[in-house]
Amino acid sequence: MQYIFFAYLSVAIIGLSIFIITRKNPVHSVLGMLFMFIHVGALYLFLNAEFLAAVQVIVYAGAILVLFLFAIMILNIKEELQTELFIGSWVMAIPVVMGLLIMLFLGLRAVKAGYTGLHNIDYIKTMTHTKAFGKELFANYLLPFEVISVILLVAIVGAIVLAKRRLR
Amino acid sequence: MIELRWYIWLSLIVFTIGMLGFLTRRNLIIIFMSVELMLNAVNINLVAMSHYMQDMRGQMLTLFVIAVAAAEAAIGLAILIALFRTKAAGHVDEVTELRG
Repeated sequence: MQYIFFAYLSVAIIGLSIFIITRKNPVHSVLGMLFMFIHVGALYLFLNAEFLAAVQVIVYAGAILVLFLFAIMILNIKEELQTELFIGSWVMAIPVVMGLLIMLFLGLRAVKAGYTGLHNIDYIKTMTHTKAFGKELFANYLLPFEVISVILLVAIVGAIVLAKRRLR
Repeated sequence: MIELRWYIWLSLIVFTIGMLGFLTRRNLIIIFMSVELMLNAVNINLVAMSHYMQDMRGQMLTLFVIAVAAAEAAIGLAILIALFRTKAAGHVDEVTELRG
């Protein structure tokens, strides 16, 4: 049963990734991306990470994709459908990507999950994932959490400054 | 039991597809989407590692990666809007001021 589930999710994720980078119409790509994010969220559920699945759907599918759709509205779709899909030297990318794939494949073949920490499945099940996650986040990762809020603030200010019509 | 290796291969393939899109597409929005694809591949990898090593550290990193992805998307799309306003260009090979 779990093999069927994993096979479905991986085939859907890979197929939708190929769908995203080969569509001419960017709106179709964004819709493919929406389905891909939901499938990745399902994969997180499969790995006992419910909170991250919720964050994935809310932040990625809810916030980032809406931003992308807003950006697509300023494109000229009719003109976009006429133009070339790939850059002129796209053939050069294939050996680069294939080399990376083979190198990482050979390198990652030896990876084993040797180290085992404190957060095993029973711990997460008795505590619920969100609570275990929050405890770990606010006990050991408080400083990175604060830093990430500063990064988000910088991003907000930077986006407003860049997209503003004229700076006085 | 599904092995850790399969998740790593899945994320490797998705990362490669994202990199292929990043290197070959002309449209800037699709290039940003390819970056998001690569970040998602890394997230799959981190969550799978976290599950199989029974440690929450990978999931913490995933949360931070998602936050950084949101910031990156906002900045990137703001740059795109500024580019449209000044040059009316949405393709990477139309912006050649730096002679790249």
